Amino acid sequence: MLKVFKKMGTYGGYYAVVIVFIFIQSMADLTLPKKMQVIIDQGITQGNDAMIWEAGLQMLLFAAIVSVSAVIASLLAAVCGAGLAKNLRRAVFTKVTGATNNQLSQFGTASLITRTTNDVTQLQQFIVMSRLMIMAPVMGIGGVIMAVRTAPSLSWIIAAVILVVAVFVVCIFIKGNPLFKAQQKKLDNLNQVMREDLTGVRVIRAFNRTEKEQKRFEAANADLTGTALKIARLMAVMMPVTLLIMNLTTLLITQVSAGLIDTGSLEVGQMSAFIQYVMQIMMSLIMVSMIFVFIPRAAVSAERINKVLASEGEIFDPRQPASLPETGRGTLEFRDVTFRFAGAEEPVLSHISFTAKAGQTTAVIGSTGAGKTTLIDLVSRFYDIESGQILLDGVDIREIPQAGLRRRIGLVPQKAVLFTGTIAENIRFGKEDATDQEVRHAAQVAQAADFIESKPDGYDALLAQGGVNLSGGQKQRLSIARALVRRPEIYIFDDSFSALDFKTDAKLRAALKEETADSIMLVVAQRVSTIMQAEQILVLADGELAGAGTHKELFESCPVYREIVLSQHSEEEIA
Amino acid sequence: MSAPMRGPMGHGGGHAQPKVKNFGGTILRLAGYFKTAKIVLLFVLLVTVLSTIFTTVAPKQMGKATTSIQTTVMQRMIYDRVAEQFGGEIPPQLTGMTGGQILDRLPAEQAAAISENARQAIADMPFDHRPAMDFSYIWKILLLCLGLYAFSALFSFIQSFVMAGLTQKIVRKMRDDVSSKLNRLPIKYFDAYTHGEILSRVTNDIDNISNTLQQSLTQIITSVVTIVSVLIMMLSISGWLTLISVATLPLIVLIALLIAKHSQKQFASNQKELGALSGHVEEIYSGHQVVTAYGRQEKAVEQFDSINQRLFTAGWKSQFISGLIMPLTNFINNLGFLLICVAGGLFSTRGLISLGNVVAFTQYSRQFTQPIVQTANIMNILQSTAASAERVFEIMDAAEERPDAPDAVALTEPKGQVTFEHVQFGYREDKILISDMNLQVQPGQTVAIVGPTGAGKTTLVNLLMRFYELNGGKILIDGVDITQIKRESLRSLFGMVLQDTWLFGGSIRDNIAYSRDDVSDEDIYKAAKAAYVDRFVRTLSEGYDTVINEEASNLSQGQKQLMTIARAILADPAILILDEATSSVDTRTEVLIQKAMNKLMEGRTSFVIAHRLSTIRGADLILVMNHGDIIEQGTHEELMAQKGFYADLYLSQFSSAGQSA
Repeated sequence: MLKVFKKMGTYGGYYAVVIVFIFIQSMADLTLPKKMQVIIDQGITQGNDAMIWEAGLQMLLFAAIVSVSAVIASLLAAVCGAGLAKNLRRAVFTKVTGATNNQLSQFGTASLITRTTNDVTQLQQFIVMSRLMIMAPVMGIGGVIMAVRTAPSLSWIIAAVILVVAVFVVCIFIKGNPLFKAQQKKLDNLNQVMREDLTGVRVIRAFNRTEKEQKRFEAANADLTGTALKIARLMAVMMPVTLLIMNLTTLLITQVSAGLIDTGSLEVGQMSAFIQYVMQIMMSLIMVSMIFVFIPRAAVSAERINKVLASEGEIFDPRQPASLPETGRGTLEFRDVTFRFAGAEEPVLSHISFTAKAGQTTAVIGSTGAGKTTLIDLVSRFYDIESGQILLDGVDIREIPQAGLRRRIGLVPQKAVLFTGTIAENIRFGKEDATDQEVRHAAQVAQAADFIESKPDGYDALLAQGGVNLSGGQKQRLSIARALVRRPEIYIFDDSFSALDFKTDAKLRAALKEETADSIMLVVAQRVSTIMQAEQILVLADGELAGAGTHKELFESCPVYREIVLSQHSEEEIA
Repeated sequence: MSAPMRGPMGHGGGHAQPKVKNFGGTILRLAGYFKTAKIVLLFVLLVTVLSTIFTTVAPKQMGKATTSIQTTVMQRMIYDRVAEQFGGEIPPQLTGMTGGQILDRLPAEQAAAISENARQAIADMPFDHRPAMDFSYIWKILLLCLGLYAFSALFSFIQSFVMAGLTQKIVRKMRDDVSSKLNRLPIKYFDAYTHGEILSRVTNDIDNISNTLQQSLTQIITSVVTIVSVLIMMLSISGWLTLISVATLPLIVLIALLIAKHSQKQFASNQKELGALSGHVEEIYSGHQVVTAYGRQEKAVEQFDSINQRLFTAGWKSQFISGLIMPLTNFINNLGFLLICVAGGLFSTRGLISLGNVVAFTQYSRQFTQPIVQTANIMNILQSTAASAERVFEIMDAAEERPDAPDAVALTEPKGQVTFEHVQFGYREDKILISDMNLQVQPGQTVAIVGPTGAGKTTLVNLLMRFYELNGGKILIDGVDITQIKRESLRSLFGMVLQDTWLFGGSIRDNIAYSRDDVSDEDIYKAAKAAYVDRFVRTLSEGYDTVINEEASNLSQGQKQLMTIARAILADPAILILDEATSSVDTRTEVLIQKAMNKLMEGRTSFVIAHRLSTIRGADLILVMNHGDIIEQGTHEELMAQKGFYADLYLSQFSSAGQSA
């Protein structure tokens, strides 16, 4: 956990000041009962008005010190917590954006989002709360010292009270902790049932299972409220008992003090001050017990953030990068490439060799899990290969800086990913300084111009998060336009036409053919019909190249390809 | 989803306050949930009042003990001083007198040195012996206080205990109500709201209501009763001191209100920036590959930095402002405390008030602040509760599915004939998708639905199962209008095997047997075998008892679809709605799915969302859909002859396969 707090950086200094002010605040706070004692013993009992005024003014001073310190501590703690949160968020975000696919899949996107937001907020809360946690022991120990000094003969009461409160707190903790955990689990369970009911609403209705689902929900609900009730009842015990312990302590002190005052070994003011100190000690004890609730929670968050920060990528830029010919529109060659995912027993791809030439389409086909997407991911160097070489215009891609390599690639991923911003901004994602003319041209080729121009704001139309206000086909077309505007050396289409209707699909393919005439085209496809015209078809099966050639060649020579074709088209259609 | 944590201020300050449309009405309606528990509530009220009163009475009693002790101390002080004057012994001529009589005889300058409260203390004191501590009196008071505190604790316990039971009962009923309401809502409703939104109402909002019922409600009662009874106790001690104490009140209320107002604003802006940041993070993380491929990492961090900086500022401001309330009210509290100490001290030396009362008063002034701050916060709490309640009630008030017609029938021996007569439909009144659809499907026929993916098939399912009502025309099954068939009977006619399979978090056995309760293991195995999923299931370590996890990520897409085929086989429906497997399923599984589907379709009327040419050409009827509407229908030959959309489609998609081989 400490590792994370190092990220406070310059805000750490603030926290040191926070601690100083908490000390000042506590000390001043602890002086107040002492002053009251003066008023009672030297003022009221002795009938000395001047003493009362003097002690009163001192109290005002100390009360002011208490509040000013508290305000400063709270301000600095807030800045410090927010500062830590800012630094942590930035560190995690930078780490994740620069992470490799391996690192990403190790954590999972959803988990990384939670780590960047919720976990960091938890720690921020912890920092802000922590000033109370520091104050509790300071006030507690200070209270003990002051109380003992005020009335040494009553010290044994402090020991007894601490013991009672400690035993009580531990009891509640032992009883409550498993209940809290169970409650969380049961709440998750209830949520799951509800979520399933929502996602499966059609199926449930279709099978007439609403009653059964209602019963399932009611059972989960009863289970949850049962635990919640136990917790609420535990709390119902806790509060009154805490108060009762405090009040009984006051009675006990008064009773014992009366005897001591009788023998002249204690004064009335001392008794009053002592009572106040004991109250402060008990409050601190209860606060300290809160720490044990907060620390584990913060520690879990810290651990989760640490794991991200400690994670190391495995892909590095070369020390001395080789240069590629600037206008090289040449070849992409896989030379005996073997690749396996980290920790996997079997390689995903083994001994893959092929050459893709500019002006030609190279299609990749094969069943799910055959390694199609992995193969094209290797071109962008999202993973480093185990053995063999991938050469772009004769240069090993590991010899080129990653940014330089990727600048030559126009990737259209399986799932169309768009970003908040205007349509033009999304297309310019591919080329930051693209002119309006270039953007429009890319959109036209991608068959997106029509729907863009039909929007009231045209190219300046805003896309909500991820383009939720667009249809799947529209998103795909924009993501194609984004690749087109780059005019890259290599186009990679990973099953990128799936959401298009047949007519648009056909038009797009025709337009693409012209546009990409001198580029290398890598196309991953699911359906044979979409790639039959390719100059080269690579057939992947279980990570190996089962065949390469044209449709005709493969249909005759490659049994895997034949099987795929036949599974999609009946014999008579082909014959 | 984790339960929302409440900040140190309770829920008043921590939330961005959403606007409540009808505050009074919502609160009243929420109160309606307590209708059956009126007596219990009255009881809770009584117990709360008693508990509070007992707690507030005690300090004054305790003060009496303090006064008694202090009086003795002062009496002794004077007694010893007098004795000292006479050489350490009270002379016999004084022993018969009281302190008051002795004082009268003292020389003027000596008498003046004795303060008024000391004078009072010894007024009736006989000087025949050194005054003794009145232990039996003190003991009696302490016993009384013990009783007061013990009963107060007991009552407070009873209050919380009863309230806990009541609240949980109400919350449970509320959740059940919402769930059963959701079961009665038309599918239309679920298309209009995201799952997250509905889920959040069932959990977060009801949770918020539950917290208010359980804590805030009794807190309000306690606060009000405390304020009133403390005020009475204070007045019974000293009017002047009460005035001093009350004078600090407006300050506290002002501060509490001011801070609540500002902190709300700051929390809202904090919430806003946090939302912006989360949005950006989510977008960049899920688009990581594209960001990397297009070299936009730095740009993304740049954008992140500017949001992060804004969040930082909003963050510390909101934390700081809500953190102000404690030290500020504490200061005013201390101010009141010391004013009472000083004024009480001065009054006391003048004999206007006893020491015990001053001490008791300091305690009362401390008890005063907390409930005042709480009361000032009540409006915020109620606002946020009302907003939550409003969202929950919105679900409760949504229009339900039209109930079955009274004379609705159940189809006992369905044959599977489907007729559409002039069907008109649109998801919105002003946007009619299907304007006039006529269709005649004979029992056992196969209907292929062809066209771009999208709204088409969902619409068909929606209409056939009567998830949506038609805008015009009618749909008949075996000649009976579906609005005249009991919903349960209608829906049991259909079996669905869709690509977006739905499995729930339970065992594979339960998932396959989902359609029926009274199903034997043998039947389940038979259905699984027919769907080619039996062998796979048996390779799992737990077999049919394997629990499918939340995202069903322990099954592949194809396996899930086979599972739903098994489910449909077991349900034995008259009419099928099927999705042919496409991209996400590997070739071998695709063959299995196809075989299983073909088997399932035998002798049943089937609507197939078709991708395979063989299915399409073999269909008795082809429906060509585009933009949700049915634009052409007929057999393959008929449609080809029409040279319309279908012919275009067919040629662009499938012709190359025909020509090239």
